[in-house]
Amino acid sequence: MKNKSTVTPAPRPELATSGRDAWADALDRRDRAWCLDLAARLLVLIGGVSAILFIGAIFLFITTEGLDFMLNRMEFGSLLFGSRWEPTVEPPEYGAFPLIMGTLWITAVAMIIGVPLAFAAAVYVGEFARGRQREWLKIGIEVLAAIPSVVWGVIGLYVMAPLIKSTFNVQIGLNVLNAGVILGLMAAPIIATIAEDALKAVPESYREAAESLGATRWQVIWKVVLPHARPGLSAAVLLGVGRAFGETIAVLMASGHRLMAPEGVFDSAATLTATIAAELGEAAVGSDHYQVLFVLGLLLFLITFSVNLIADRIVRGRKAAK
Amino acid sequence: MTSIESPEAFDGHASVFAPSANERKALSVQQLLKLGFLAVTLLLLIPAAAILGVLVWEGAPGLTWEFLTTKPTDNGAAGGISTALVGTVWMTGVALACSLPLGVAAAIYLSEYARDNWLTRTINIAIVNLAGVPSIVHALFGIGAFVYFLQFGKSVLAAGCTLAVMTLPVVIVSTRESLQAVPQAFRDACWNMGATRWQTIWKIVLPNSGSGILTGLILVVCRAVGETAPIMFTGAVFFRQFYPSGLFDKSMALSYHLFSVSTHVKGVPAHIPFTVALTLILVVLSMNAVAIYFRMKLRGSKKW
Repeated sequence: MKNKSTVTPAPRPELATSGRDAWADALDRRDRAWCLDLAARLLVLIGGVSAILFIGAIFLFITTEGLDFMLNRMEFGSLLFGSRWEPTVEPPEYGAFPLIMGTLWITAVAMIIGVPLAFAAAVYVGEFARGRQREWLKIGIEVLAAIPSVVWGVIGLYVMAPLIKSTFNVQIGLNVLNAGVILGLMAAPIIATIAEDALKAVPESYREAAESLGATRWQVIWKVVLPHARPGLSAAVLLGVGRAFGETIAVLMASGHRLMAPEGVFDSAATLTATIAAELGEAAVGSDHYQVLFVLGLLLFLITFSVNLIADRIVRGRKAAK
Repeated sequence: MTSIESPEAFDGHASVFAPSANERKALSVQQLLKLGFLAVTLLLLIPAAAILGVLVWEGAPGLTWEFLTTKPTDNGAAGGISTALVGTVWMTGVALACSLPLGVAAAIYLSEYARDNWLTRTINIAIVNLAGVPSIVHALFGIGAFVYFLQFGKSVLAAGCTLAVMTLPVVIVSTRESLQAVPQAFRDACWNMGATRWQTIWKIVLPNSGSGILTGLILVVCRAVGETAPIMFTGAVFFRQFYPSGLFDKSMALSYHLFSVSTHVKGVPAHIPFTVALTLILVVLSMNAVAIYFRMKLRGSKKW
């Protein structure tokens, strides 16, 4: 294998009799290294395309599992706007409106809590903090991001719930607020990381130009860096929404999982994701109930897909403009 | 703006540069805001510290060697967590075996071969989306694809494959970053010696980005160990006193065990969920610590 491709043997005229010129043989580098290179190229291409294949396969498999129900017995309007989710009652009702409302409430609370924290952290870590302090803060944010969702769920059940009950003097501690706070804290490190990247992408020369005009660091941040990083920041919020939207186990444990639309932050609620997780084990394979859960999964997939696509568009559009 | 007309300006030059009232105000505003931002950042980090504190306080007394190595009894309300630990190791192993080669290959393609064309753009969008797919949707995919279509059944293999698909973007992104950190000059030099692209990658690029791949591996383990939703319908069982006998066997898993002892199982002693959670988080954080260590070491040692 060693150096085969680097040392080309001198062309020998007697070998070039099969209708090929000597110079063609001399330039022909199709030796073992060349074949290996080709094989490797094909193999890594398969790896590269696998991400596309998996996204396609996810869409395909989820759609086919719920296809029969979707085409023959489902009314799209009543699935989206029906106000009762009673899959085990005869006749079953599959109205996902309470679940959609639960998801929206909890995501909204999560964003109200998570976005300001995350942006402040991104600005401090990215623009103010220096050296060791900055490294430690980043590690802290990473630790926050590394806490598994089921551990967050345990915190929601055993720490947040009693805390909410005693602080706000309410009956139930497992509610929209609990799940929202937990989700906000889960989404914040992700938003902060992406937002910090967006701040970092602002050219250093802009900051230098502003500073040479006598601007303080805060003035630089407020007047130059933040306006310039706005698309990246909105992409960060979108991806945070996607994350909060798709979180399953922590929400299932902290939200109280009540299948009714919440009317305030102290009501228990159920989300789309949590409902799938809670009911899939009980639904008989192939039954309407089972299939409708796959339809909800498809809905989730399509929503997160579009959110990600929009976020990607925003970032890319910005890069192209540069 | 500066106070050249002020009398001090003529005795010492320092006062020429002394801040005006306006500048002083701007500077104090900045100091105030800096402290404010630091406070909010800490507000984000306090919960992390508080969670660790609570878990250690409530869970550490129960975390003994015996707890880790004995089998659970009474639906998990008593005994230890050994079968769950072993099951998690199996599933994580399968996930690693599947996602690491595929992810590294994808990263090599994207970093070393891909041109800026529609295919590359589509792959990048697919990676972003794969990372954003909710974990429960991965579970649904795992049921459809691995449990039923490929007929793995509810098994360690199906759960591991589901985790592999979920962690694939993590491997790709971290490996690609480390490959791209290798200077282009290294590749140019190698090509100029007449090496093929693959020889360059195998002998020059990959050896110089080894710790990046290791970081990817660790991140996969962290994700795979912590996730519950993708495995709860594809291979993890609620309670089982046996270790998995092979790839096609079901098993308990640590994360799912934590979910069930804190929600479904009746009569669980109060400290058990905290102890299991502490075990889980110790595994995840120690892996993370190794990843951070490698990153710092890398930053310190590389001179290009």
